[in-house]
Amino acid sequence: MKIEIFINGIFYQKDVPPDHRLLDFLREDLGMKGTKKGCDQGECGACSVILNGKVVNSCLIMMVQLPEHSEVETIESTDSMVLSLQDSFVKRGATQCGACTPGMIMATTALLRNKPKTNDREVREELSGVICRCTGYQKIFDAIKDTQEHLERG
Amino acid sequence: MQRKIFIIIKVAGAIYTQTKFLNLTLGVVPLAVGKPLERKDARIKVKGEAQYNFDLSFSDEQYLAVVRSPFAHARIKKITVDNEKLEQLGVTVGLSKDIPGKNIVHVILDDWPLLAEEVVRHVGEPVAIIVGKSPTVAKSAFSAVHVEYEVLPAVFNPDEAKDHPTIQVFGDNNIISYWQQKNGDINKGFAEADVIIEGEYRTPAQEHAYIEPQGVIAVPLGRDEITIYGSMQCPFYVQRAVADILGYPWSKVTIVQTTTGGAFGGKEDQPNQLASLAALGAYLTRKPVKYLLTREEDIENTSKRHPAIIRVKTGATREGILQAVQVEYLMNSGAYSTLSPAVLYRGALHAAGPYKCPNVDVQAYAVATNLVPFGAFRGFGSPQVLFACEEQMDRIATKLGLDPTEFRQKNLLHKGDTTTFGQVVDHSVGMSETLKQAKEKSEWVQKWKPAPGFNQVIQESRKGKYLWEGIGVSTIFYGVGLGSAGKALSRTGSYVQLEPDGSVVFAVGTTEIGQGMITVLSQIVADELGVEYSKIRMAPVDTSRVPDSGPTVASRSTTFSGRALQDACKKIRTLMYEIIAPHLETIPSDLQLEGNYIISKETKRKIMVDDAIKIMYQERGQVAMAGWDVAPPTDFDNEKGQGNPYVTYAWATNIVEVAVDVQTGTVHIKKIWAAHDVGKAINPQTLEGQIEGGSLQGMGLGRFEEIVFTPEGQVMSNNLGTFLVPTTKDTPSIHSIIVEDPWKQGPYGAKGFGEQPLMGVAPAVTNAIFNAIGVRISEIPATPERVWKAIQDKVQEEAI
Ligand code: FES
Ligand code: FES
Repeated sequence: MKIEIFINGIFYQKDVPPDHRLLDFLREDLGMKGTKKGCDQGECGACSVILNGKVVNSCLIMMVQLPEHSEVETIESTDSMVLSLQDSFVKRGATQCGACTPGMIMATTALLRNKPKTNDREVREELSGVICRCTGYQKIFDAIKDTQEHLERG
Repeated sequence: MQRKIFIIIKVAGAIYTQTKFLNLTLGVVPLAVGKPLERKDARIKVKGEAQYNFDLSFSDEQYLAVVRSPFAHARIKKITVDNEKLEQLGVTVGLSKDIPGKNIVHVILDDWPLLAEEVVRHVGEPVAIIVGKSPTVAKSAFSAVHVEYEVLPAVFNPDEAKDHPTIQVFGDNNIISYWQQKNGDINKGFAEADVIIEGEYRTPAQEHAYIEPQGVIAVPLGRDEITIYGSMQCPFYVQRAVADILGYPWSKVTIVQTTTGGAFGGKEDQPNQLASLAALGAYLTRKPVKYLLTREEDIENTSKRHPAIIRVKTGATREGILQAVQVEYLMNSGAYSTLSPAVLYRGALHAAGPYKCPNVDVQAYAVATNLVPFGAFRGFGSPQVLFACEEQMDRIATKLGLDPTEFRQKNLLHKGDTTTFGQVVDHSVGMSETLKQAKEKSEWVQKWKPAPGFNQVIQESRKGKYLWEGIGVSTIFYGVGLGSAGKALSRTGSYVQLEPDGSVVFAVGTTEIGQGMITVLSQIVADELGVEYSKIRMAPVDTSRVPDSGPTVASRSTTFSGRALQDACKKIRTLMYEIIAPHLETIPSDLQLEGNYIISKETKRKIMVDDAIKIMYQERGQVAMAGWDVAPPTDFDNEKGQGNPYVTYAWATNIVEVAVDVQTGTVHIKKIWAAHDVGKAINPQTLEGQIEGGSLQGMGLGRFEEIVFTPEGQVMSNNLGTFLVPTTKDTPSIHSIIVEDPWKQGPYGAKGFGEQPLMGVAPAVTNAIFNAIGVRISEIPATPERVWKAIQDKVQEEAI
């Protein structure tokens, strides 16, 4: 199956086995291992990426379903929102084992792009699909606030 | 000139106070210890660059699938292998007879076979392995291995299993281990008590739910060597286990820990089995073999927190002084002993809580049943008994009409007091301070009032008041390190090497599992050598680098690897002073380290450590030292039920605020205050991370998390959609309070505490539920169904 797709702004044309999911495409076909996984069935959010502007569990998306020329953004992105969140996560100690972190950062990126001024209640609502078993989420909330402030200041 | 300055650092909303001596004569001295420095592994983790077990690949790698028992208890009558089919599929099968060494996965008691021979004792027990070129190919060969079973009667409940007349899972009475705690005369204690409360409590099997499932890769080197890469806490356990299975000398088995995506105890003993299965596959095929568990395989077949039944009788005087505590602790161990004797030891010793009590009788049993073997999980047998103990304390306080914090205060251990098992706690006893600070910060005095009458709650709820608020407390303690039961493992090694450019690499045998060990130990090395934190690097953990340093458990890494590193660094300093003394025109004994300088006490002449390292390299070549530490002595006499089982204790108070909806039984947890005496916060930021994450897991245990089994003994809640852990929506605000009452023998006063944040949250939740609606909860988690039922039962009982 031939696929034409943009990953972090780069165009790829590839032959992909028909049973491959977006997660397999990224990790196996492209060798981009930044997207992690914790369940392979849409329950942990560790594999979250942004697909055409929306956060999705890449383990649930079959490559055959993708609209042509879809745009995917992953943790390897060099977009300023992603970089800024990565920086805040480091400074606030919002990563421990790190297995949830790429997914958490991508889910947050999508949220802040749509709602830069989002509040605590919405953050809790929107990120509830990404499980972190280590941090108790407090430092993740702190990191998100830092990024929001940072973006506001420009 | 030294000046004592008082620093208040605000880290992520928690106030952290610290008193520190800064030497101001030397100008800016960037000391690492005590600072919220950036985690060493944070940058690669936020970029997704850290390599977890599923990120690694090896040429010609193969995948393992495991044929597991569908029955909880059965005799294996026959195993038939369809060789033709195997050949067609290009897979290799391994049975117990193919194991070249001993068919035993070593943990403590050596009853755990790698592959079942005659009898299977739990659903999911491994019977055969299959190796194929992909997971799908390996699994497609399941039908080529036919196992004929004769189903046997099974037992799942420890009350029934203990001394069962016919079903033998372990030995002849199913009792794997027994520990007791004894103090005074229990009957006299109850006779002298004015109030006596009895309770029976139940706690669930809890899954660790680390986000990276378990996984290992076994890579054979030639015909008689092997290296295992994988996600794990205890590489030295794995080394021994694999060597036993393959019959290799230990020197030919190397274990390399890879970035571990969470563990919480779940990757303590389990990797022994998983690595041994993969190693057998690698041995049979002479190819690298990956065993990466799916989430379902992981939840169904790997260890969890022991479910337990705890019966407690507590007596106190009218004035609120504890007189007697009697505990029966039945821990459901599952089918094999694995870590149960050690888990039970900790449980038995924590069963009467951090209190003075003259008469104590704790009888603790680890009982074998036909469930998956249970094992280590943060708190290690203590959260179960602490839940019971802290419920009891609250019930007595209610009966006496006392504020539960005041009742606890009358009984808590202070400096110089003796624990219920006879150990004098002579210093580093911040127990009361944690209670004091937690009360202040939570405004307990303003908020707490006695629970409403249940009648009132029901009457008002009938008029539409459904939501009721309450506040609850628990006070707990944690014996630091392995204690006397794990004495042989209480040793740690280290290796510190100075690089010619002034940077430093070090190695230890304990592991980073997300808790922040690399960071904290790097801070210790930085200050021990006067080298900047940014120039310190920890090498990956590899069993061939340092001697057996025991497991990464029991909250021991900071403390005991820290001590071993201090030992190595001290040796380096000695040599450094020898080499540098002539350059500063003095003698070695006149030199000392101050910040990043080596300074003469006499003349105040000094040299930067960075330069000193370069001089050492020129004059002596590269310098490296090994460090070694043996934990201070501990002892415990199980006959007497008394001793000095742990080197020191960490202490904590949890206060929780809830709102309970009496119509649905839903408990909303609004706020948690968690005050912990940690001796010394080497890195207040990672430490808060431990408090916050542990508190949420503790809240999970109290409110959400439970592995449910079918009546046939199979795990039912086998994914993260049915085993629910708290999400961002469920998490309350968690207020960390750090108390520092230094332990003299710990590095910079630090004592381990990483497990403690989980341990006392559940009872604070259930005590808050009582405070809200006047209903006692005796079984956790306090799910809506359970709370609702408790309310309905009480409505019936009191005929409201
Ligand atoms: S791996 Fe995709 S949601 Fe868990
Ligand atoms: S940091 Fe470990 S799961 Fe989030």
